[in-house]
Amino acid sequence: MNNIETLRQAIDDNSITVPKLAEATINHAKKLNPQLNAFLQLDRDGALSQAEATTLNGRSNGDADKVFRGIPIAIKDNICVRGLQATCGSHILRGYHPQYDATVTTRLREAGAVIIGKTNCDEFAMGSSNENSAYGAVRNPFDLERVPGGSSGGSAAAVAAGIVPVALGSETGGSVRQPAAFCGIAGLKPTYGRISRYGLVAFGSSLDQVGIFATNARDIAHTLRVIAGRDARDATSADVEVPDYAAQIEGDIQGARIGVPRLLFGEGLDAEVRAKTEAALNVFRDLGAEVVDIELPHAKYAIAVYYILATAEASSNLARYDGVRYGVRSESAMTLKDMYRRTRDEGFGAEVKRRIMLGTYVLSSGYYDAYYRKAQQVRALLRRDYERAFEQCDVIFTPTTPSTAFRLNEKTDDPLAMYLSDIYTATANLVGTPGLSIPCGMSSENLPIGMQLVGRHWSESVLLKLAHAYEQVQPFTHRPSVYADVLKS
Amino acid sequence: MVTSNSAWETIIGLEIHAQLSTDTKIFCACSTQTGCEPNANTCPVCLGLPGALPVLNTRAVELAARAALALGLKINERSVFARKNYFYPDLPKGYQISQYDEPFSEHGELTIMTATRDEAGHARDWQPKRIGITRLHLEEDAGKNMHEPQGSAATGDDNNYSYVDLNRAGTPLAEIVTEPDFRSSWEAYDYVNHVRRALQWVDASDADMEKGNLRCEANVSVRRKGATEFGTKVELKNLNSVRFMQRAIDYEVERHIKLIEAGGRIVQQTLLWDERTNTTRPMRSKEEAHDYRYFPEPDLQPLIVSPEFIEATRHAMPELPDARRDRFMRDYELSFNDASQLTAELALADYYERAARSSNNPRAAANWVRGDLARELETRNLNIAQSPVSAEHLAALITAIDTNRINGKQAKDVLPLMMTGGVTVDEIIKSRGLEQVSDTGEIERIIIETIAANPKQFEQYKAGKEALFGFFVGAVIKQSQGKANPKLVNEMLRAKLAE
Ligand SMILES: [Zn+2]
Repeated sequence: MNNIETLRQAIDDNSITVPKLAEATINHAKKLNPQLNAFLQLDRDGALSQAEATTLNGRSNGDADKVFRGIPIAIKDNICVRGLQATCGSHILRGYHPQYDATVTTRLREAGAVIIGKTNCDEFAMGSSNENSAYGAVRNPFDLERVPGGSSGGSAAAVAAGIVPVALGSETGGSVRQPAAFCGIAGLKPTYGRISRYGLVAFGSSLDQVGIFATNARDIAHTLRVIAGRDARDATSADVEVPDYAAQIEGDIQGARIGVPRLLFGEGLDAEVRAKTEAALNVFRDLGAEVVDIELPHAKYAIAVYYILATAEASSNLARYDGVRYGVRSESAMTLKDMYRRTRDEGFGAEVKRRIMLGTYVLSSGYYDAYYRKAQQVRALLRRDYERAFEQCDVIFTPTTPSTAFRLNEKTDDPLAMYLSDIYTATANLVGTPGLSIPCGMSSENLPIGMQLVGRHWSESVLLKLAHAYEQVQPFTHRPSVYADVLKS
Repeated sequence: MVTSNSAWETIIGLEIHAQLSTDTKIFCACSTQTGCEPNANTCPVCLGLPGALPVLNTRAVELAARAALALGLKINERSVFARKNYFYPDLPKGYQISQYDEPFSEHGELTIMTATRDEAGHARDWQPKRIGITRLHLEEDAGKNMHEPQGSAATGDDNNYSYVDLNRAGTPLAEIVTEPDFRSSWEAYDYVNHVRRALQWVDASDADMEKGNLRCEANVSVRRKGATEFGTKVELKNLNSVRFMQRAIDYEVERHIKLIEAGGRIVQQTLLWDERTNTTRPMRSKEEAHDYRYFPEPDLQPLIVSPEFIEATRHAMPELPDARRDRFMRDYELSFNDASQLTAELALADYYERAARSSNNPRAAANWVRGDLARELETRNLNIAQSPVSAEHLAALITAIDTNRINGKQAKDVLPLMMTGGVTVDEIIKSRGLEQVSDTGEIERIIIETIAANPKQFEQYKAGKEALFGFFVGAVIKQSQGKANPKLVNEMLRAKLAE
């Protein structure tokens, strides 16, 4: 089983050296990537020199703060890693090398993690299937004919296939939790402001957060502790204490109140997904949790609100890709305006253009009040829904997705159907609350099913503790068809 | 001057962009120093690199608060940064971070002193006038585009390249927008000077139009007197001094009136002032009607300015210019003109006040500072802060006159000697033997000698030709080699001649 603790154990008891582990990880990635297309770039030299550096710094022996020393990790391509490309899955940033590290990258480096490469994603994180990458779709390790989810599909597939124990993704509206559910792993979207966004290429700035993929709740806890916390470079990062999440993960969950928005278990929800999540709810009951019905009266507007606000912000955030300073510039243009037009026309894919146009429209004079302002008002109502719900419960429980992983090309011609796959996840981004998806079973087609826990602001510990308790009684042991155990190579 | 055309009313509104005097940019730690290599002062934030985020420089907020308080504007406890979206190569993010519907300060008002000008351009009849301030907000500056002139391509091919220098991108600006409250170019002129002085006074901005750290745009229109609707306005740019602005406005007003009277129509457009030809011309790149799609900047929290912060800022500021002018008029019995001139800048007001207090003769101090000292500084190309003669030394010179050690005429000769610096009044008086003779015995001796030497004139004076008194005064002073105290000479001579 490829997770931080087994790798830590193997390193600490000398069954594998850090450079050997890095080497094996890169080799596995290279071997599996032709099937998965999960990695856009692998950095053998960089990984090996980081691995050597951790060896020089000596071995750690179970020191909680050194848990990451030598652990391989993959990073989504919209997060800056100095020396590696950051294409964001877009043609317009082909060949673009950022001159600085994102804050999360810096913190992982300082913790001794070994960054092995950059993972594929939907272009500028816009998508729910990873089919919007300019570098080809990522495949789901459980079924290569199916999508891994998106937009952080490459990171999800890399963890699910056992290549790395942990990968970073990013979320604007479910882009970590949804692929985690599709790929049978755990995925956390932390509280807005929990993790610095400095160096995360912006999509919807008021919604974006770096997210974490791992095979279990404890590994997420370890990773979150390393990368969370106030960053002077991000004015929206919060000065809230970062607890030792892993240390708080044990213990019984007696009396925890789990809120279930019954209305969200109705129309549009796949029967098998419903059955498995209901069963998971019973597991929580058996563990001593109290299940209460709650109402989220405005939940039905979440997707509409999300697509107005996210696209509005995106239309502005993506204005900088104009061919002037970096990335690709159209060579055929004769005038400035022509250069802008052609560069952006040639550089962006269809979904990105669609969203830029949507966002430009909702911010336009004469439409701002009807769309952007109205959406902000509904966003406030959603926050109030959640505040009220959290008076009755500690976490809100739903499926992560309405269905299991769909087939490649199944929804590419129907953007609305695609957007609805974020129906359970997008609200947490709008409200800013943390959300965690963990696997809770398999469908009859042998595809993973995920359940989601959403908590109060800054309550990641609560989510991780509940998930951990569940994992102890219902460990998810299904291996995808494309899988490699690094330690057995 | 066309503004006297009585059938027409001129309507002017002004937008000032003042660069705040921070050491670093508004959203990153890059230097605001000018004159560096292109793009030397840049980083991921001000280059607009993917993933970089703005962080507000609190010094810029302090200086904006100083600026607002110096202009007598109230500061909103909460203001919100907003993105102004448009494409231009000197705008690296594709949007400018500014403030929109919740600015730093709004709905303000300030009182300026303004005067009409006579044919020679001299101010006449200063009057207070209230100007509505629509808003004062914080924003970042853009960079600069540079274009190779046709046929000068440095690259050796036939193309002409354009270059972008982002050193200026992210420089903090305070934008100050007025209501259309000005009714003449001179009101606008007096307003800009008022704002410049206020910003310089509190160190919020260097506010130097020639250096471009204060930029001004004027919206100008005319309407027939009595009309309630505004006429079509034009926007004037490239106003590189207050004087150019004033001329450009007059030029446009005249053009509007002539055009309308001839049956033409004003086109709403942006015009550039050409200071060589003294005319305006339309901006070459004709601007389209922009929809800037403003929305709240999600990367920055709303700016909360506490009442304590405002109080602390106010407390740290010097007494403001208008208050000081009024106090000078009250405490030192100065005229409005004198007090205004002496509060034209903080260093001058400080200098004057030290000289006035130290000499205990505010009237004389005002005359010296505005007169001889100002001339001496001007010929040496120095400002008041660089004066080699300190306020205390100038006060010593005034005291030397007041105590009759030297006379006023001598003092005028002493000041240039002091301008070399490091020499006190005392030293000059002693080394040049200028000490005034106030010894009555000595003066009496000279008077007796002088009368004896001029018996004819003495006879005539005695016979009633009193006009000769002046002749004797002059002769006595001359005999004393100019050192005799003229006041004593007068008194004693009159007594002697009357004997
Ligand atoms: Zn910078």
